[in-house]
Amino acid sequence: MSQLVIKDLKVGVETESGMTEILRGVDLTINSGEVHAIMGPNGSGKSTLAYSIAGHPKYTILGGSVTLDGVDVLEMSVDERAKAGLFLAMQYPVEVPGVSVANFLRTAATALRGEAPKVRTWVGEVKEAMTKLSMDPSFSERSVNEGFSGGEKKRHEILQMELLKPKIAVLDETDSGLDVDALRIVSEGVNRVKAEQNLGIMLITHYTRILRYIKPDFVHVFAGGKIVEEGGPELAERLEEKGYAEYVKA
Amino acid sequence: MSALPTNYLTPSGREEAWRFTPLKRLNGLHDPATVVADRISIALSGAVRPGFTIATVKAADLPAKSSTDDAIIQRVRATASEVTHLQIAQEAVVAEPIVLTRTLGSSSEFSRTVITAGAHSKATVIVENSGQATIGEEIELRLEAGSNLTFITLQEWSENTVHLGRHHAIVGRDATFNSITVTIGGSLVRLLPTVEYSDQGGSAELLGLYFATDGQHLEHRVHVDHGIPNAKSRVTYKGVLAGDQARTVWIGDVFIRGNAEGTDTYELNKNLLLTDGARADSVPNLEIETGEIVGAGHASTTGRFDDEQLFYLMSRGIPMADARRLVIRGFFTEIINKIGSEAIEERLMSRIDSQLEKVGA
Repeated sequence: MSQLVIKDLKVGVETESGMTEILRGVDLTINSGEVHAIMGPNGSGKSTLAYSIAGHPKYTILGGSVTLDGVDVLEMSVDERAKAGLFLAMQYPVEVPGVSVANFLRTAATALRGEAPKVRTWVGEVKEAMTKLSMDPSFSERSVNEGFSGGEKKRHEILQMELLKPKIAVLDETDSGLDVDALRIVSEGVNRVKAEQNLGIMLITHYTRILRYIKPDFVHVFAGGKIVEEGGPELAERLEEKGYAEYVKA
Repeated sequence: MSALPTNYLTPSGREEAWRFTPLKRLNGLHDPATVVADRISIALSGAVRPGFTIATVKAADLPAKSSTDDAIIQRVRATASEVTHLQIAQEAVVAEPIVLTRTLGSSSEFSRTVITAGAHSKATVIVENSGQATIGEEIELRLEAGSNLTFITLQEWSENTVHLGRHHAIVGRDATFNSITVTIGGSLVRLLPTVEYSDQGGSAELLGLYFATDGQHLEHRVHVDHGIPNAKSRVTYKGVLAGDQARTVWIGDVFIRGNAEGTDTYELNKNLLLTDGARADSVPNLEIETGEIVGAGHASTTGRFDDEQLFYLMSRGIPMADARRLVIRGFFTEIINKIGSEAIEERLMSRIDSQLEKVGA
């Protein structure tokens, strides 16, 4: 069992007019096997939450804490956070020209496992995970995210999640830009990893569409840099009908 | 044994061709008053194999076929009394690369080399430049009809080396010239990778990578002269700079003459700056005298290291230093892969790694 605990997290970014606070005190606890949907309008700070947990240098922690199984995450470098068991599936995965997917995956697995995975079992492992995500084997030879379609990028993120076996995953708008088929494949992947590895998931989304495929245990409405309402799956249904208008006004 | 006094113009630094080069760091190679030894500095590594010969011949018996307005190369020609001639036999296919190394003297030196690729031959020649030197040199590559020559030069010089060179290919009918120029060592390196065509149907690919750290000046002045119809050229040079006073210059001159119909050319230069205090100059020049061409283009980009790439890789557990290495390796991949030798690739990357470590980038 793992537990990610976010307490009164306050985060800012440096702008021309000085430090601007984006997260204004976020409290959230995610346990292994739980799916927490974070829903909110654009600009509410959802992605800032995701990147702050992963340690993006653009964001400054102004207060509060993030711990994974009692260990301070905010003190860790970006790679240490991954080693501790955190994973961020990015909304806009970055292109790394000249670095093949195969090389990238193997380098990451080596870093996380502390030793290079055995060639024979590793190749099989990657192939199997790719097949499950309906990815062509030629994918391995391509440069990381370079020239990938939106759907390919998202599948590649979930492929990494499947192979790197995190304890807690943050999925930042993984549904954005996906057609129905791609959404189904990606969602099945998420559900599979969750079932196999008892993954805890923070599912950040603007729309309720993905929640038809990935069932949330908890729904948190995010507005103005903090959680403004919490509930079960029924809260998502209400958002589907009424939208975010009432939260944006408040 | 010493250079003859000549009337060649001494570069002052104000000429377009010399305005980027710090002349006072040339150890006098450009100055006719400086005595420079006439020495054969290139030697075959390993044994002669079937398909090629290597010999030292009198310069008078093997005059240069190309013209140059470079003052130092003119001095090299005036000084060198003998020339190394590597000859690949007609229709020979030499499977393993022919490796040439430098045997350096203790003083400044000039030398000339001619490499002839016989008609319909196929070979790879690698010139390994390492050690401590002050050297001016010219290699003229003569590609006869239908020949296929891959020419790789590795500048892995010691840190105080000054190297001025011209590597000029004369591409014959339907001949294919592939070159890879790698420059990572030396205090000051100024190379002229140049191409001309002697008949139609020739094709030239000029690839280069350079990596400059603290105080290094690495300059590549590419010149492709399309003076014959239906020839093709591709130029791709990539550079990484790190550390204070790291300096690179890339000039890409492509000249399509009025009669060179059907020319197909593209040149690209990309630079990646890892730290403050480094400077990359990139000047692509395309001069076109006929519109009857297949294509002509150029591009040049110089950018900072992408922190988002680092973040992405690190967020998958890859430590900072490894992530940086991966990105740089990736940047150089398309060039370095074409060397076709894992041993050389590893040697170059480990040299780059250790230089990176030294500047703490």
